[in-house]
Amino acid sequence: MVAQQEGQTIRCLVAKVGLDGHDRGAHVIARAFRDAGFEVIYSGLHRAPEEVVQAAVQEDVDVVGISILSGAHDTLVPKIMDGLAEYGADEDTLVLVGGIIPDEDETELKELGVAEVFGPGASTEEMIEFVRSNVPER
Amino acid sequence: MSEDLLEDLLAGDHRALARAITKIENRESGYRELVSALHQHTGSADVIGVTGSPGAGKSTLVDKLAAAYRERGLTVGIIAIDPASPFTGGAVLGDRIRMASNVGDMDVFVRSMSARGSLGGLSTATSDAVKALDAFGKDKIVIETVGAGQNEIDVVKAADTVAVLVPPGSGDDVQMLKAGILEIGDLFVVNKADLDGADRTVQQLREMLEYGRDAGPTPTGHHGAEALAGQADGAGTAEPDPDRWRPPIVETVATREEGLGALLDALADHQAYLDESSEREARERTRYAEEVRTLLREDLSELLEEEIERHGGLDRFVERIEARETDPYTVADELLEPLVDCVEHRRG
Repeated sequence: MVAQQEGQTIRCLVAKVGLDGHDRGAHVIARAFRDAGFEVIYSGLHRAPEEVVQAAVQEDVDVVGISILSGAHDTLVPKIMDGLAEYGADEDTLVLVGGIIPDEDETELKELGVAEVFGPGASTEEMIEFVRSNVPER
Repeated sequence: MSEDLLEDLLAGDHRALARAITKIENRESGYRELVSALHQHTGSADVIGVTGSPGAGKSTLVDKLAAAYRERGLTVGIIAIDPASPFTGGAVLGDRIRMASNVGDMDVFVRSMSARGSLGGLSTATSDAVKALDAFGKDKIVIETVGAGQNEIDVVKAADTVAVLVPPGSGDDVQMLKAGILEIGDLFVVNKADLDGADRTVQQLREMLEYGRDAGPTPTGHHGAEALAGQADGAGTAEPDPDRWRPPIVETVATREEGLGALLDALADHQAYLDESSEREARERTRYAEEVRTLLREDLSELLEEEIERHGGLDRFVERIEARETDPYTVADELLEPLVDCVEHRRG
């Protein structure tokens, strides 16, 4: 079943994890995704990795966008990836990370299975396009 | 795959449940067979509808309610419905933000749905998703939706018990009447009861419910003496039926879990009433009849769409209507004719 078939809507979870109260970026993304016709589930602030996994599985989202500005991506993201794998949801969920991520960490995150990392200056059009062309087939 | 999905769902696999609901929402091929197969496994869950204006505190209350049921060892399924943009079809579904009491507990299964299946399809998608949760084995299923408009009212009709949330100071009596929401409530919750105006809202609500209940101008309270005199005259017909359900009004402060016990009691009372009276069966029968009617309408209109396509689309007809060569009724008759013929032929 092709995900982008007529009548099917791309579902995204936009998640803020850990001790990080800066959600302006996440709000902008949520809005842009909505206007692109996606269904966006917004997690709210200060979520634990388990919560993100729980939401991703229950909502059966195609895309998980993790927004982290706290610098704790190298501990939080692996937990989310492990959690998704536990439910067999790692294979067909597109995981994106947005925030301030050093280059060497970006490589590590991608090795864990993160599809793309978007830093400051990335445009919403670019992200929407990336989601549209990379959303996993189910 | 559908076969496995059903088996996995019945075996308690949460991801299979999530997938099944996606299939239902998207009306992917095979969804009808799936829902058909689910039906025989349903019927054990209590379904509660929670509705009320935006900001009334629905999500917070539902979250606390779920936590309370979990404490009692019950499993919970929640369907939270938010509006979708009529322009892009996109939506931001934010009900999860308020649902943080059940972190890491998969036995509270929250699913956000957008009202995108707007062609009357929302109520079908919701009741089908309820079936998936029911068959999965959830004890309590909560449907949460903004109580505005016919669509939403249709949605909560899938519930056994409907709780209507009314925030304090939500306008005068006319506002409440206009919403048409009094009729669907089995119980009323004045949430944020610590705010100014809560007492007044409770009072107004009580008055409106009293009026509605006796279906006549026999108010109690205001004209106490007159009313008493009336009853003393032995107006037996005005006597309220003692077995009839009288919607209670519960005051809560969801954020502080105040009044939660009273709400749980009121919900339990209503469930008991449904069981003791024949109301549960009656509602179930109405619901199934309505489901069949809805499906028939949808299927028929799909069949007709195909027929219209076969005739080369509606545009051609519209042009002729515009040119006054024909009219909408005649076109409808023409398009329907083969179907009518077919049915009449079958009848013999």
